[in-house]
Amino acid sequence: MDPFEDTLQRLREAFREGRTRSAEFRAAQLKGLDRFLRENQQRLQEALMQDLRKSAFEVELSEISISRSEINLALRNLRSWMKDEEVPRNLATQLDSAFIRKEPFGVVLIIAPWNYPLNLILVPLVGAIAAGNCVVLKPSEVSKNTEKILVEMLPRYLDRSCFAVVLGGPEETGQLLEHKFDYIFFTGSTRVGKIVMAAAAQHLTPVTLELGGKNPCYVDDDCDPQTVANRVALFRYFNAGQTCTAPDYVLCSPAMQERLVPALQDAIARFYGEDPRASPDLGRIINDQHFRRLRGLLGCGRVAVGGQSEESDRYIAPTVLVDVQETEPVMQEEIFGPILPILTVSSLDEAMDFINRREKPLALYAFSRRSQVVKQVLARTSSGGFCGNDGFMHLILASLPFGGVGASGMGSYHGKFSFDTFSHRRACLLRRPGLEKLYSVRYPPYSPRNLRVLLVAMETRGCSCTLL
Amino acid sequence: MERLVQRVRDAFRSGRSRPLSFRRQQLEALRRLVQERERDILAAIAADLSKSELNAYSHEVITILGEVDLVLEQLPEWVTAKPAKKNLLTMMDEVYVQPEPLGVVLIIGAWNYPFVLIMQPLIGAIAAGNAVIIKPSELSENTAKILAKLLPQYLDQDLYTVVNGGVEETTELLKQRFDHILYTGSTAVGKVVMAAAAKHLTPVTLELGGKSPCYIDRDCDLDVACRRIAWGKYMNCGQTCIAPDYILCEPSLQSQIVQKIKETVKEFYGENIKESPDYERIINLRHFKRLLSLLEGQKIAFGGESDEATRYIAPTVLTDVDPETKVMQEEIFGPILPIVPVKNADEAIEFINDREKPLALYVFSRNNKLVRRMIDSTSSGGVTANDVIMHFTLSSLPFGGVGSSGMGAYHGKHTFDTFSHQRPCLLKSLKGESANKLRYPPNTQSKVDWAKFFLLKKFSKGKLGLLLLAILGVVAAVLFKVLDY
Repeated sequence: MDPFEDTLQRLREAFREGRTRSAEFRAAQLKGLDRFLRENQQRLQEALMQDLRKSAFEVELSEISISRSEINLALRNLRSWMKDEEVPRNLATQLDSAFIRKEPFGVVLIIAPWNYPLNLILVPLVGAIAAGNCVVLKPSEVSKNTEKILVEMLPRYLDRSCFAVVLGGPEETGQLLEHKFDYIFFTGSTRVGKIVMAAAAQHLTPVTLELGGKNPCYVDDDCDPQTVANRVALFRYFNAGQTCTAPDYVLCSPAMQERLVPALQDAIARFYGEDPRASPDLGRIINDQHFRRLRGLLGCGRVAVGGQSEESDRYIAPTVLVDVQETEPVMQEEIFGPILPILTVSSLDEAMDFINRREKPLALYAFSRRSQVVKQVLARTSSGGFCGNDGFMHLILASLPFGGVGASGMGSYHGKFSFDTFSHRRACLLRRPGLEKLYSVRYPPYSPRNLRVLLVAMETRGCSCTLL
Repeated sequence: MERLVQRVRDAFRSGRSRPLSFRRQQLEALRRLVQERERDILAAIAADLSKSELNAYSHEVITILGEVDLVLEQLPEWVTAKPAKKNLLTMMDEVYVQPEPLGVVLIIGAWNYPFVLIMQPLIGAIAAGNAVIIKPSELSENTAKILAKLLPQYLDQDLYTVVNGGVEETTELLKQRFDHILYTGSTAVGKVVMAAAAKHLTPVTLELGGKSPCYIDRDCDLDVACRRIAWGKYMNCGQTCIAPDYILCEPSLQSQIVQKIKETVKEFYGENIKESPDYERIINLRHFKRLLSLLEGQKIAFGGESDEATRYIAPTVLTDVDPETKVMQEEIFGPILPIVPVKNADEAIEFINDREKPLALYVFSRNNKLVRRMIDSTSSGGVTANDVIMHFTLSSLPFGGVGSSGMGAYHGKHTFDTFSHQRPCLLKSLKGESANKLRYPPNTQSKVDWAKFFLLKKFSKGKLGLLLLAILGVVAAVLFKVLDY
């Protein structure tokens, strides 16, 4: 029994009928989405508290406001994004109409993870709706309280013939992926990303994969350690470290490490108090499996700050590890928890080699007073995104595309990039039936003379030209 | 194969392919290659497709020269970082998107336009700073050989390598890891390529195919329409991915269309088509036999003659074609043009939408509204109205498919973009730490309110509003600094 076939059939028919195409429809759905967030704020806050012990501040900042800001941006710009994009013409097409038409793909699938369960399902949804698609949403079953609200409440705010929220674990998701979609947007691990792409290949479905990696954080000797510690700590321990773009590990000189560790300790104490477990601002680990995985990592290197853990509420203290070897488990996988290993290097070159030996990360950070150092790190590495002298602030700018490269993913979104991700850019050339004499140069029988005429006609600037 | 790819990857790692001057130098060398060795190149293409050298030039070489010139002119602009819009929190920072090379990219070519389908992507890949492995189609043997011979003579041999071979070598090649794969070919093999790419999370651009429909409205200049369609259909003996595959029209138009295409064919190729230097041949015996089988049981309005020895198939038109028959079940890729009668435009739209999204869609009509309606109600890789093929020739238009006709696009700057990673960069300073106090725990309701303010910009959206916000932001920063002391 295939639980999804009926839903998909319904959505395909709705799409075929053209229900999602008008700007009015799309705007109405986006407004519905905004109302969902406003009217369910309390419920969502509680759910996120239960799932991840997220504080009101974190919920507001990283889940609700960010989603609403994307909705507003889409509403403000929808019509301009939808407009046909005229393109420069060459001599042969001077009198024609040439433009790129943005079209929805059809029925798209959005699979979301558990760490920012609202943001990471709604922000892609905004793009998919704005682009005129029908959408199947698959929230994470791991963040089950948020999943419940999405399944029960969200459909009430959207046109149910065009949008569906489906439930399930890995097995059901596998079944879902056997169906044909017109686009798949996946946020999650690299391992599952490969499975999704392989499934998509069976139907030639284009994909955007927002994956992960170990985001390096290079700290130069020339910097103020306390400022660096504040910024690194904020972004490392936000959401108890469960952020795909969090600084994963630090690379610095031994001298810098001496100054950074106490500064980190200071920052952690200021942020979360002497007993971080009592702080309402520190989240918890999502489930027992991840808790145990992270607790295991606490044994790597030497604990310089923190190191405590408590299974009953899946608490792990904001931790800094030193004397970590590259071969230890904490350096073999994306940490995704409130643990920050520091590895020492003797030079910038060594740091660059270290980073470039590994998979391209989703984000890369460099801290230095000297802008040349920051720019050097930028120039000598590759990553999804880059921020100099701060943590993942580049995420909140909708004018920047957010996505990975290599093992950290493919494609990008946020703001207009979301709209573009879910649109097919269709090349359109509208010619006139007349002027046939002009075009007859291209017809057989061919002669060197015709060719010469063609070449002269093609002396154009700015556009490559072929008159066959 | 692994060692070969590793060598290319080491060459990329050396950083040699990145400076603008190097890229320009390689592109200029490519241009010289095409100009100096024109004879050899044309001879190879002509041999593979039984094409006249004149045709080989205008079908393939012209495009390449135009593309190289465009890229050489625009590249300095393309490689520069593009500043992005800032918000209140990043007002003082540098915010931009920097295009970067992906690394080692693989270009797999097809046999029907064997030179340009390698060279056009190659130009963009080099322009974007990548190292490239080139796999020409083994079916167009002569072109494959000439590429393997000439490219190392003009380009950096470690960064750009040609790999020749059949299915076995291609399968081995696809087991390796690349940073992007651009494949031109059939839908069936497209799936194989994407599945192989999935193992390494390699992004792909797939230029596939399909049946490109051609709707002829009763309100159109039939003479012109038929001439243009015949030109696009019989060019390269129908072996063009964006050739008009079949015609949809009202039954009353069929006989006129047949007549006019027949006349056009005579105009183009003369009385004895076989003798015309401008008419090509089918690439190999397998495709030749496949095409003949499509004629079985069909009403041949004209054409249908064939000669196995030379793999010649005459320009053919079929009428009253049944959509269930074989000729309507696969991409024809040959000089056979079926006409499927439909009642009207609505039925044509239904017909098209019942099928896979094609690579191209064509509509002939004087009625602008109808043209727009056809475009609005269907989807396809691209569209040309009142002509065929031509959207391919304007490089400011992205060329690619959708659905089973492919994913991704290229030509002109679109190739550069395809082979680049657009990396967002935010460069802040270590100063101004006190303004950051707002975002550090412990958190309070007022901090939550400020967060909403900064993120949602609830105030008026105009420039004045922004100015007001900016002033408020500066005031807030100063305030915090003051509170700090």
